[in-house]
Amino acid sequence: MKKFKYLISKTLDEAVSLYQSHGDSAMYVAGGTDVMVKIKSGKVTPDYLISLTHVGRNSEIRINPETGTLHVGGLVTHRTLEMSPLIKLQYPIIHDAVQRIGSTQVRNVATIGGNLVNAVPSADGAIPLIALDAYVNIYGSAGEHSVDLIHFFEGPGQTVLMNGEILTEIVVPKQPPRTGGAYQKFGRRAAMELPLIGVGVLITLEEDSNRCVRARIALGVAAPTPIRTLGAERYLVGKEINEDTLNEAGKLAAEESRVRDSIRGLAWYRREMVAVSVQRMGLTCLQRINQLKAK
Amino acid sequence: MSKQSLEIIVNGENYFLAVEPNCTLMELLRDDLELTGAKEGCGEGVCGSCTVLMDGKPIRSCLTLALEASGSHITTVEGLAQHGDLDPLQQAFIDHGAVQCGFCTSGMLMSAKGFLLENPHAGKKEIRNALSGHICRCTGYTKIVEAVESVVDRSQEKR
Ligand SMILES: Cc1cc2nc3c(=O)[nH]c(=O)nc-3n(C[C@H](O)[C@H](O)[C@H](O)COP(=O)(O)OP(=O)(O)OC[C@H]3O[C@@H](n4cnc5c(N)ncnc54)[C@H](O)[C@@H]3O)c2cc1C
Ligand code: FES
Ligand code: FES
Repeated sequence: MKKFKYLISKTLDEAVSLYQSHGDSAMYVAGGTDVMVKIKSGKVTPDYLISLTHVGRNSEIRINPETGTLHVGGLVTHRTLEMSPLIKLQYPIIHDAVQRIGSTQVRNVATIGGNLVNAVPSADGAIPLIALDAYVNIYGSAGEHSVDLIHFFEGPGQTVLMNGEILTEIVVPKQPPRTGGAYQKFGRRAAMELPLIGVGVLITLEEDSNRCVRARIALGVAAPTPIRTLGAERYLVGKEINEDTLNEAGKLAAEESRVRDSIRGLAWYRREMVAVSVQRMGLTCLQRINQLKAK
Repeated sequence: MSKQSLEIIVNGENYFLAVEPNCTLMELLRDDLELTGAKEGCGEGVCGSCTVLMDGKPIRSCLTLALEASGSHITTVEGLAQHGDLDPLQQAFIDHGAVQCGFCTSGMLMSAKGFLLENPHAGKKEIRNALSGHICRCTGYTKIVEAVESVVDRSQEKR
């Protein structure tokens, strides 16, 4: 493996200034599950690896008691999210995704921040968070700013982060009552597989009917970056949510997707599976909303 | 580039070492500490044969830098037996014929150990899920799952 120097930063400021003093030859590492694979294969060749694991602070999951927003630190591991009762009960769409990332051994170290910054079109962590209208907080030498997650990705492996900026936190706005979400990672195997297609659906219903007041349909592996299918979302708003309307929304989402042929699967198959998965996840949303009522 | 210092506890023993920054935990264990239980299969996180416990949790030692494990407790398959007695999991692997060539075995044992520490009453489905990050060319997995199942604590099961 290529040689490099390993630097530990204890604070965000220290990390950013270490990064800036080494310029392009520096790289951050969190869980290392993407970075190490890339260094081993020679895809990246950093001279300095700056570990973020000891920066602290950014490794907790909490709800802001005043606003009800969910805050997930950038260094939170997929395993921590998977095991969190809060996530499982109130954000099952996130739980759906993180419990199927890699294997337990990967999830024990791999972070949600690393998943987003790595920015592959198949990033399982990104799709549910986009469906939830999440934004990310970013820290750099110019201070802190926020970006909606949907605008965070610029292309495969490309994000808006510049100059050693660090993704510190993911923030999910409080969801209205009668909201349900679900994510499906559709692949050939149940474990250790990147998705052929990743589908996240989030639906909010009117107080005492099945009429949809808000819909989000987010797709992974359907374009160079994670996307939302706005046409399909608009179609659902105002409609009764049932098998037929979800079927139609699935078709619209499939049309909007820009799937491609790859070694894992062909475009036509992916497109059909988008349609099928959107409907299935929509029905799971309905089920989950009804379970909420039952509680 | 020069070596950096590392303090690490492996199988209960404290080590103060100097390591190359690009040395993985697996290389440290195998080459420096001569604990060759963790095996390199794929070297990229997929096969599970390099699994060890870091602070009680299974991780892939091929993707973790030794320096990143600084300050933590590492348990390898060599640390499972206590005072010369095999861990019940190891005995179960033998009794159930869950070992053929043995290449995957230490990784399987460590994942199973980490899993049972957290879920002593787990069922078959959870066990299969916990071991899903491991590849075994030989056994067809059935015997391995049966071996792990046999040491699950059934004492609290609902009747
Ligand atoms: C065997 C295996 C299976 C996998 N399966 C899946 C899967 O099913 N689904 C999936 O989506 N992914 C999968 N992955 C990919 C990977 O595990 C995830 O993307 C993981 O979340 C990356 O997190 P990390 O902490 O390991 O990132 P790292 O490798 O440490 O970092 C990834 C990138 O992000 C940067 N970075 C990390 N944290 C920050 C931060 N806070 N601020 C700024 N930059 C940062 C790093 O510089 C690097 O460029 C798999 C990987 C392996 C090895
Ligand atoms: S050698 Fe580490 S997972 Fe294969
Ligand atoms: S026993 Fe040979 S690989 Fe599992």
